[in-house]
Amino acid sequence: MTDPSSTPAGERLRVAAIGQPLARAEARRFVTGTGAYVDDLPAHRMLHAAFLRSPVAHGVIERLDTAPARAMPGVVAVHDGESLAAYCQPVRGLLAHLPGMQAPSQWPLARGRVRWVGEPVAIVIAESRAIAEDAAQAIGFEWSDLPPLVDPRAALEPGAPRLHPELPDNLMYSATVATPGVEQSFAQASTVVDLVLRTERVTPMALEPRALLARWDEARGRLTVHMGTQVPWMMQAVFATVLGLRPDQVRVVAADTGGSFGSKIHCYGDESAVAVVARLLDRPVKYVVDRLEAFVSDVHARGHEARVRAAADVTGRLTAFEVDDLCGAGAFSIHPRGSVNESRHVLGLTGACYGSTEYQARIRVALQTKAMYGQYRGVGHPLACLFTEAAVDAMARRIGVDPLAFRRRNLLPDDGYPHRAPSGARFERLSLQACLDELARLMDYDALRADQRTPAAPRAAGVYRGIGLAVFVENSNHSSSNYGRGGAPIATRDGATASLTQGGGIRCAVGLTDTGQGVATAMAQIAADAVGAAASDVQVVLGDTDHTPVSGGNWGSRGTGIAGEALWQAGCALRSQLLEAAAALHAGNPAMLDLVAGTVVRKPGGEPVCTLQALAEAIYFRPERFPQDFRPEPAAQRHYAQMSYDGIYTNGASATWVEVDTRTGFIRLLGHWIVDDCGTVVNPLLVDEQLRGAAVQGIGQALFEGCLYGAQGELRNATLADYLVPMAAEMPDIHVGHVSTPTRTSALGAKGAAEAGVTGAVASVVNAVNDALAPLGAQVLELPVTPERVLRAIGALDGPRQHRPASAT
Amino acid sequence: MDPAHVVELELNGSRVRLEVSPREHLADALRQRCGLTGTHLGCEQGVCGACTVRIEGAAVRGCLMLAVQADGARVRTIEGEAGNPMMQTLQQAFVERNALQCGYCTPGFLLTALELLELDPRPSREAIREYLSGNLCRCTGYQAIVDAVELAATRLRAADASTVEPA
Repeated sequence: MTDPSSTPAGERLRVAAIGQPLARAEARRFVTGTGAYVDDLPAHRMLHAAFLRSPVAHGVIERLDTAPARAMPGVVAVHDGESLAAYCQPVRGLLAHLPGMQAPSQWPLARGRVRWVGEPVAIVIAESRAIAEDAAQAIGFEWSDLPPLVDPRAALEPGAPRLHPELPDNLMYSATVATPGVEQSFAQASTVVDLVLRTERVTPMALEPRALLARWDEARGRLTVHMGTQVPWMMQAVFATVLGLRPDQVRVVAADTGGSFGSKIHCYGDESAVAVVARLLDRPVKYVVDRLEAFVSDVHARGHEARVRAAADVTGRLTAFEVDDLCGAGAFSIHPRGSVNESRHVLGLTGACYGSTEYQARIRVALQTKAMYGQYRGVGHPLACLFTEAAVDAMARRIGVDPLAFRRRNLLPDDGYPHRAPSGARFERLSLQACLDELARLMDYDALRADQRTPAAPRAAGVYRGIGLAVFVENSNHSSSNYGRGGAPIATRDGATASLTQGGGIRCAVGLTDTGQGVATAMAQIAADAVGAAASDVQVVLGDTDHTPVSGGNWGSRGTGIAGEALWQAGCALRSQLLEAAAALHAGNPAMLDLVAGTVVRKPGGEPVCTLQALAEAIYFRPERFPQDFRPEPAAQRHYAQMSYDGIYTNGASATWVEVDTRTGFIRLLGHWIVDDCGTVVNPLLVDEQLRGAAVQGIGQALFEGCLYGAQGELRNATLADYLVPMAAEMPDIHVGHVSTPTRTSALGAKGAAEAGVTGAVASVVNAVNDALAPLGAQVLELPVTPERVLRAIGALDGPRQHRPASAT
Repeated sequence: MDPAHVVELELNGSRVRLEVSPREHLADALRQRCGLTGTHLGCEQGVCGACTVRIEGAAVRGCLMLAVQADGARVRTIEGEAGNPMMQTLQQAFVERNALQCGYCTPGFLLTALELLELDPRPSREAIREYLSGNLCRCTGYQAIVDAVELAATRLRAADASTVEPA
């Protein structure tokens, strides 16, 4: 197939609304403050939950005295792990297809031991949140200390105390890969670079904390949960497992959700406990995590320590990469996705954008007494990119080649696909070279280099500028190769329905949610073009397991590529069905009819036959107008799963232009650019802002963010005043460009776009700082790159550290 | 239970009498007692700005002010600005420019931007970034918000100019 706009079935992609920068219709309710997030939802007889959480990283629960809490006026119920266990089942975050992976059972509330500061220990249900919080403080909790396991390296030492006595050691997972010639490549290399990078843990920090409102309907035997979530169908399975219900007894409805970024796709013990208690009490129970709780109980991510080596031959070609990665992933492997995926992407993708043929990798994931690891936007891809691109820059610097020229020399060629990386990762079609070329043009690379070396305007002494580049791949449109094979209840086949309403509009339903991406608008555009209607006449139903087909939900940049494709197919089927109905009604030939902007017209010429409104009237109100043997079918449902590759990789390149003041260590962002290839762009207004928002999250990890733990395993900066996220004043304008290589695995051709921005940003920011510091022979390979780390790197700061070194935590 | 205190506000143009507990912050009172759920809570510590409301015209953190402190004050929330033409111009620009994603921070940004445009009808991009830097958005990366405020300012100036009678 050479024409990317033709579908596997040979039908051309009709494009009218697709590709247009349509504003989100649903945005009106957000600008008027009339959105309905979970905490905005009312319910009769509603109760509120609060939790007692562990104040220590590791200990044996000696005594839990809930009587004082129970005695307080307004308190309805108090449960600890033991009393709740009779009404629920534990879960495990085990991906069964991963050899050697071990994951302990986890109950909603701690039983016997506590294993991280913030682990839920007891739940209080009361008439108000304030009463529940007061009562939680009245619970008597005594424990005896066990040694905290803070450092993953120590946790993996032989003889280290076991975090879970039922497991033989604290190694959650390890894996290796090696090509036969890797050692020889390093031995024969003319140049080898060898770096150790350390990244601090970060957390997604959605502005709306996790929240749910659970209610049990005894008459129907059903649990209904309204929650902020990316994955209503997965949560249906999770609640069914925890409560011992059939999945069909659980309805999950995604409320308006105030951001997520990977934090709202997990089984959290506090949420499970709320659902269990709502069933026991037969009253609605609401729980909204507060910010302090969010910091200690939401998933954390991306704290790794990696030794990275790269080899180049005498011609300046990269021949081999090696990575040895260590990660501490918290006290449990989170159900159902597991806490090892980030490290697996490091193993799969380090060095993978380059033409080097030899590769060696080891990843180790340790259990430790910290908050659980889970997905955060980009899941491991930003780390693989950072490790690779830092080594590539170091290599270019070592052999004295411009980093742009060095990448051009070594990148996988755009005409070499499909490609299998030495790790086994398979790329369908990438445009690494085209994206890098477009990036260089967009940023005017040569002009920036000239300004760096010969400033256009005089700069103060001690102020240096630097350019950072990063080339990346980002997986999307996943197959079932990971979660499905691993036994996790996460769909990779999505359904979509499209139907004609009685008013002549189009109603469609997909099981995605909208946590800010503009999913409803993108889906309306796809359905509009598939059917032949105006996007403004399309109504989209999302995120309700009672009203949408099964869906994997929003993760891994899969919404548009997978559910969007299912909707495209459903819309095309509906279109055919409506043309048949119009032909039957008007004694015509369906093959000679077309549907354009909501009107059935004759081909060629476009003479109007009837509007969809008139067709809907006939179908629903005047069935006798059709021939007796014809039954119009005004609805269609289709399903789609991508099965050709483990995932359809997107790719791109990003650049950052910084100024480093070596007198203070301060870093100023002067510009950031990103060129992305997500295939068919359904809505550039939405895609560009996904890229920008993600890039700023990457900048946050590179320069500001870190979950700082003390030696006893306590999180020391669990407030927004202490955990720094990017704010408007320090962020640059971000310039976005596109290259479009539609995937051939679907008619729509769309790949993911929501994570790509973050993946390159972390690396390009770090590379820019190190490019600025290069004249001083200094580099910073610990994230976040704080002023203190800059000053230490250039030898301008002596004395004790304010912060511990980042330590794979 | 805490003893109740009675406070009287001019809330979004109407006289309102509320019974609140002494430890209840204004944002909770507005949300739970008045049903004004456009005021959001992101940190309850005065950092994120999602709970921004206007007290006597000034943008204020609803989570850092006790409800009892608002006794006798003029309070406006995002809902109360629905009929304000300057706010409507900002809202339209936010929608057009896709200056919001999840929408949780949006009412706070709009109320802060409203205060800015009342003080300075011609703010530079740097001034907009600086003025909005007490509001946290985790989704957009801020650029679209800055664009939208700039766009609204341009439109408001144009509208002002067109209402001035030629000499």
